Amino acid sequence: MAHERLKPQQYLILGLVALCAPLGDTCLDRGMINLPSISIHHLGLLIAAVFTPWVALGIALLIGFFASYLTALSWADLTYVLPATAFGNVIVELLSRFWLHESISYQRWFGVLLITVGVGFVAHGPSLTEKSATEESAQ
Amino acid sequence: MTIPCPLWHSGFWTATALIAPIILCSTTGEVLTAAAMKSIGDLDEIRAHSGLKGAIRAVITCPLFFAGVGFLALAFFALLLALNHLPLSLVAPASASLTLVTNAIAAKIFLKENVDRRRWTAAILVCIGVYFLAH
Repeated sequence: MAHERLKPQQYLILGLVALCAPLGDTCLDRGMINLPSISIHHLGLLIAAVFTPWVALGIALLIGFFASYLTALSWADLTYVLPATAFGNVIVELLSRFWLHESISYQRWFGVLLITVGVGFVAHGPSLTEKSATEESAQ
Repeated sequence: MTIPCPLWHSGFWTATALIAPIILCSTTGEVLTAAAMKSIGDLDEIRAHSGLKGAIRAVITCPLFFAGVGFLALAFFALLLALNHLPLSLVAPASASLTLVTNAIAAKIFLKENVDRRRWTAAILVCIGVYFLAH
């Protein structure tokens, strides 16, 4: 299998995929934590939550994530692109610890480290599955 | 009912019931979206030939894309519900990482991607990582 190196612009797209998702999730958390508890019987309240400032900002960031994600999927495998989002876990832990002031144990930091190493494994492999001419014509 | 405590205090099954729908909908949505984008082709090339409007048109005229977005929207509302009961530092890594594993399986079966030893190793490391995140 050929390992075609990604262009700098494509690495930038993967960087946006990794950055926008955790920032968006953090904004959603900031917005949802200020709302009263929503029970399974009042799911309509989730629609109203969409129009609160933090949740709206989170949605805007997640739209940025989705645009980058779609672009990446058009030139790389799903199993290559998704691990790029896993690096966002490191960002989430940092934001949770220093912005939301949640407590993060050493074990959880170790979990983040393992996930990051796993992402590193994938990142050093080929980005796209090469298909034979027979497979291409069969599709 | 509010469950403001971490996984090991709030109950494993409650947390599972809140996180599992995110993983299921997200995996289905991502596999459908990936299939749509592969059928459309390289968006950078389409944009170079037909401009941004051409690239957007190529995406929004693909039915598979909308099926994928539908499931991703369901995953989003499942995420909002989970965030209302569990901390972000548990929900985000657990759902994102477990989705990575379910996606590796789904991509091999449905998208015929070459999920080699390197990618499986990554999936196992991520699983162990999630265990440590949840404990």
